[in-house]
Amino acid sequence: MIGNRKDLLGLEELSAEEIISILDTARTFREVLDRPIPKVPSLRGRTVANIFFEPSTRTRLSFELAEKRLSADTVSFQTSGSSVSKGETLRDTARNIEAMGIHIVVIRHHASGAPHYLARHLDAGVINAGDGAHEHPTQGLLDIFTIRERRGRVAGLKVAILGDVMHSRVARSNIWGLIKLGASVTIAGPPTMMPAEVERFGVAVAKSVEAAIEGADVVNILRIQLERQRGSLYPSLREYARVYGVTRERLRLAKSDVTVMHPGPMNRGVEIAQDVADGEHSVILEQVTNGVAVRMAVLYLLAGRDTPAEAAETPTVEAKKSHDEPTLSPRG
Amino acid sequence: MTSPLCLRGGRILDPARGIDRSQDLWLDQGRVAGWGEDAPAALRSRPDVEVIDVRGAVVCPGLVDIHVHLREPGQEDRETIETGTLAAARGGFTAVACMPNTDPPLDERPRIEYVVRRAREAGHARVFPIAAVTRGQLGEQLTEIQDLIEAGAVAISDDGKPVRNAEIMRRALELTRDLGVPVIQHAEDPDLKGSGVMHEGWVSTRIGLAGIPDVAESVMVARDALLAEMTGGRVHIAHVSAARSVDILRKAKARGIRITGETAPHYLVLTDEAVETYDPRAKMNPPLRSARDRDALIEGVADGTLDCLATDHAPHTEIDKDGDFDSAPFGIVGLETALGLYIKALVEPKHLTLPELILRMTAKPYEVLGRRGGTLEPGADADVTVFHPSEPWTVRASEFKSKGRNTPFEGWQLPGRVLLTIVGGRIAYREAAEAALR
Repeated sequence: MIGNRKDLLGLEELSAEEIISILDTARTFREVLDRPIPKVPSLRGRTVANIFFEPSTRTRLSFELAEKRLSADTVSFQTSGSSVSKGETLRDTARNIEAMGIHIVVIRHHASGAPHYLARHLDAGVINAGDGAHEHPTQGLLDIFTIRERRGRVAGLKVAILGDVMHSRVARSNIWGLIKLGASVTIAGPPTMMPAEVERFGVAVAKSVEAAIEGADVVNILRIQLERQRGSLYPSLREYARVYGVTRERLRLAKSDVTVMHPGPMNRGVEIAQDVADGEHSVILEQVTNGVAVRMAVLYLLAGRDTPAEAAETPTVEAKKSHDEPTLSPRG
Repeated sequence: MTSPLCLRGGRILDPARGIDRSQDLWLDQGRVAGWGEDAPAALRSRPDVEVIDVRGAVVCPGLVDIHVHLREPGQEDRETIETGTLAAARGGFTAVACMPNTDPPLDERPRIEYVVRRAREAGHARVFPIAAVTRGQLGEQLTEIQDLIEAGAVAISDDGKPVRNAEIMRRALELTRDLGVPVIQHAEDPDLKGSGVMHEGWVSTRIGLAGIPDVAESVMVARDALLAEMTGGRVHIAHVSAARSVDILRKAKARGIRITGETAPHYLVLTDEAVETYDPRAKMNPPLRSARDRDALIEGVADGTLDCLATDHAPHTEIDKDGDFDSAPFGIVGLETALGLYIKALVEPKHLTLPELILRMTAKPYEVLGRRGGTLEPGADADVTVFHPSEPWTVRASEFKSKGRNTPFEGWQLPGRVLLTIVGGRIAYREAAEAALR
């Protein structure tokens, strides 16, 4: 259980303790992934539905893999269009899920708040796999997990988040999580991609990408979401790459052992230079591996909420400490 | 013919004439017959007078709402002229001006005539149709404005959409200048609005919804003020939501420009924080804005910059308003909650006196439309609203007469309990519980 929650909708509503309990659990599952048979029976008999109302490759694969490694039964559904074009309302989607006896729903939706709607209407647990420009909590968690594993801590680190913050759910989840754990976050990007009153997250807004990178422990580079842009936000990709692209030269401003991250998929040569993406500071593939462990942790903690007996069979006994963590908003 | 009515012992507010007095009000043959002892003796001695005891209640000219969507013709699953005017009567409104964004829009004489006829057949309140500015509300070609006005239209507007093209706005103002009707503008720059669904600010940033900046409204208010100044035409700004717009209106009025404005209750009692749970019932256009905007609107109402108080009653079906925020349509219902919300927002905190509030909901909107009305002087239409100013009641959408249940005020306790609504001397709404009349 994550606190007393049945859902994981965002990092905004989680306490630092809750985040840490997920990260600790994820560490245990990370070890499972290195075993010769990387599979545990924790979610045997549980059914997880992955419902993607927006195209996704890596997040969906990562969730499916996490579910299989936990021995859950999984079903997946992806539509590129909206739920409306399919002619079914979210309420009907919810009713169908309920009727099929699904325990956990992993949902990605183009509309911010769609997972919240399902969470309100379902007894099943809901995991937000990215909603509009709102949050992508498991991505935020896997980024923070990666930072913590790499640098041994989160508190006190200087983290730069670069690019299109306005349209980025990855940025929002990272910002909430990092700030709760005591990191100092600086963002930079085109002024047209900085959302209104963004400093109220508790972040510093740098005037240039160089200023944001200077002295950073971690540089997290956001994907420039071409499909979300309207023409007026930035003149061209060429101009973007020239002014905001993270090059090896710009990276020299950071700490010498800087950690470079990207949530993928990358636009090489645009927001991130080829030699940075593949360079010695890059942990981009490690993020992908860690993503499976973090999603296993989230699934385990949420699915295990009703079945402490089954959960006790798992090899992650120490992770169950999180059950006793203080809770923010009890269910019900 | 309905029998004469005597409203006994209420506090009569006739703010257009500066009267606030406890007296009997006599209605006969669709008109105000007289006050107290001044009513004709022959009437007072008639045996068929229906006497209604309204002691403890306020008796005022019937409320008028110059901004509603009745959805007929074409969208009868959302509202009809019958249900919309029933809702109006329940909310204390004796007259409503309906916007032309129906399906098809009210852009030709037969369509205006249709609304006038349906209102006569099935209406429970007076209905003043507003004609489209452009054919199909497409913003390209002007409608036959004079013909539409002769058919019964009281104003022109492309509401739901702005008149985007400044040249067309200029010509519309020129063509209506000498006709005594305003051009009502849904002030919104469509490019600045973009794909926005809520106010652009900290809340939209935090919850990841696309924002609509306040200037999307204000730039068009400024443009239209200049066009009204240049043409001498009269422009009325619908549903003002932003502090910057209030500021422009105030300055334009000081310059003598013929410009007026209205706002709606939700902008005075809610802010963008109401959107935090992604509840589509908090989605309307223009959107709920910041606390600073809300305060500026209240100030604008208090000092008269915003002339009248409307509702922008916009019914939608439950299915349409269910689901995610992005795909839900803009708009909420307002007729059955407006009086209570306005008393709560404006009178209880003493921004307006009760007579001042009534003025903004009666004579002022008539004035904006260039019509006489909104008074209880003898001989006037017997359009009367009786309400209890302070007695609380609870908003229950399930009790609405409107087909629309899309209100963000479910469960709110409000003052301003409507007891009786009289249209042309006929009782259009009477609260079931007679006890409430005491």
